[in-house]
Amino acid sequence: MMADTLWKLFEITTIIALLIPIAAMLVWVERRMIGIWQDRCGPNRVGPFGVLQSLADLLKILGKEDWIPPFSDCLVFVLAPVIGAMCVLMSFAVVPFSPSIGVSDLNIGLLFFLAMASLAVYSVVLAGWASNSKYALLGGMRAAAQTVSYEVFMGLSVMGVVLLTGSFNLREIVLAQTDGWLIQSQFVGFFIFLVAGIAESHRLPFDLPEAETELTAGFHTEYSGLKFALFFLGEYLSVTLISAMSVVLFFGGWLMPEPLASLLPPLLWFIIKVMFFVMFFILLRTSLPRPRFDQLLKFGWVVMLPLALLNLLVTAVLRLTGVI
Amino acid sequence: MLVNLTSIESLFYLAGLVAFIASLKVVTGHNTVHALLYLVVSLLAVAVCFYLMGAPFAAGLEVIVYAGAILVLFVFAVLMFGLGKDETTNAPKHTGLANMLGAMLLAFALLVEIVVIINNADMQQKLQASVISPKDVGIMLYGPYLLAVEIASFLLLSGLLAGYHYAKPDVTGRPL
Repeated sequence: MMADTLWKLFEITTIIALLIPIAAMLVWVERRMIGIWQDRCGPNRVGPFGVLQSLADLLKILGKEDWIPPFSDCLVFVLAPVIGAMCVLMSFAVVPFSPSIGVSDLNIGLLFFLAMASLAVYSVVLAGWASNSKYALLGGMRAAAQTVSYEVFMGLSVMGVVLLTGSFNLREIVLAQTDGWLIQSQFVGFFIFLVAGIAESHRLPFDLPEAETELTAGFHTEYSGLKFALFFLGEYLSVTLISAMSVVLFFGGWLMPEPLASLLPPLLWFIIKVMFFVMFFILLRTSLPRPRFDQLLKFGWVVMLPLALLNLLVTAVLRLTGVI
Repeated sequence: MLVNLTSIESLFYLAGLVAFIASLKVVTGHNTVHALLYLVVSLLAVAVCFYLMGAPFAAGLEVIVYAGAILVLFVFAVLMFGLGKDETTNAPKHTGLANMLGAMLLAFALLVEIVVIINNADMQQKLQASVISPKDVGIMLYGPYLLAVEIASFLLLSGLLAGYHYAKPDVTGRPL
């Protein structure tokens, strides 16, 4: 009993200790990849190929003054970035990384992920409110409207997966894909999930809460030092999280078709798939322009919501008639 | 009795205590956003209670729907109308004991009810009840409770229609 608990604690510590540096490294990977795609060098000065850029950034950010504006609501101001990073890290508790690795096999794992995603919005909204500045407030309001609308069909898009696998448990969802990944029948669901995921992690092209051309820096205008770093960390962690969830729900998690499966351990396959989607996120950022805010909301409610409902309906009909 | 509590029970009571204190802070605070935050904490604590009582699906929905969606809309309204400070200056002046009496009576009745329920039902048995899976909830909703589900959906539909009507621009092109 005691050994079990200690082992679990060790597992949790290892996962967190790996996730946070990975998220930090993503900052460098992103800048470097964007540089290469845009035919320039990107950061290449610190260490070989610039790998140590994130470490240099971290040292710089630790040396900055940790400033709390006198006009802000001090407690909420400090709390907001912590909520954001915490909710995303909590979501990783239900992600099954490999057949043996994974913190919790919660029987409502998928709902837990959705719940944490919906709580993460408080980070941005409260940061916007507590900063007591008009740019931050506008950013916070945009975040609230955007997240609440996109959350609706994020939940609907994964219900097709639940219909086909008959479970909310993420490990069971992966194991149900042994005969074939769910992307075969749920490609519409995957597309909707991905769009909603980009909006939830407010990355470009849906980064309107922090649109720097209109709102200075949106909700984190007043933040500096370590608190700003926490927002940054939360954003890159949630990119990783959405990629990991796409892999778990639609691309068979650690599973691979047989000739490939025995080449590498399952955990490595999982990481390769996740990295693929992270790269896709970065590619999206380099290539798409940012829409107007009303276009964003209209796109959500007029296009994505009916599409998600239709996907659910068709999946249910095909399931009942035994086609899939 | 308190000494014999198992770990699950103590967790349950801890969550209950958190919910209780957070709810108190909701109604005694002077800052709207802080009150809303306490309400979120209270809802999360109630979700933990649901989970410990063997209703994980209800716990999940409690967080997603109440804490994650409805209260975000509350916060959105607070941001939109700038309601950060307490608006007691606009409130009616007569806030004597007589006005609170009705609410106090109602709350007292609820309190008596809760005490009776707790005393009569064996709490330990309740906490170790079987876990209700999402599937069971679905079967119940679309079996014995189908009528209630349909009525609720009709209510939501009428709410949707009313919302659409109010948001529609009138003939002059201005929103109502």
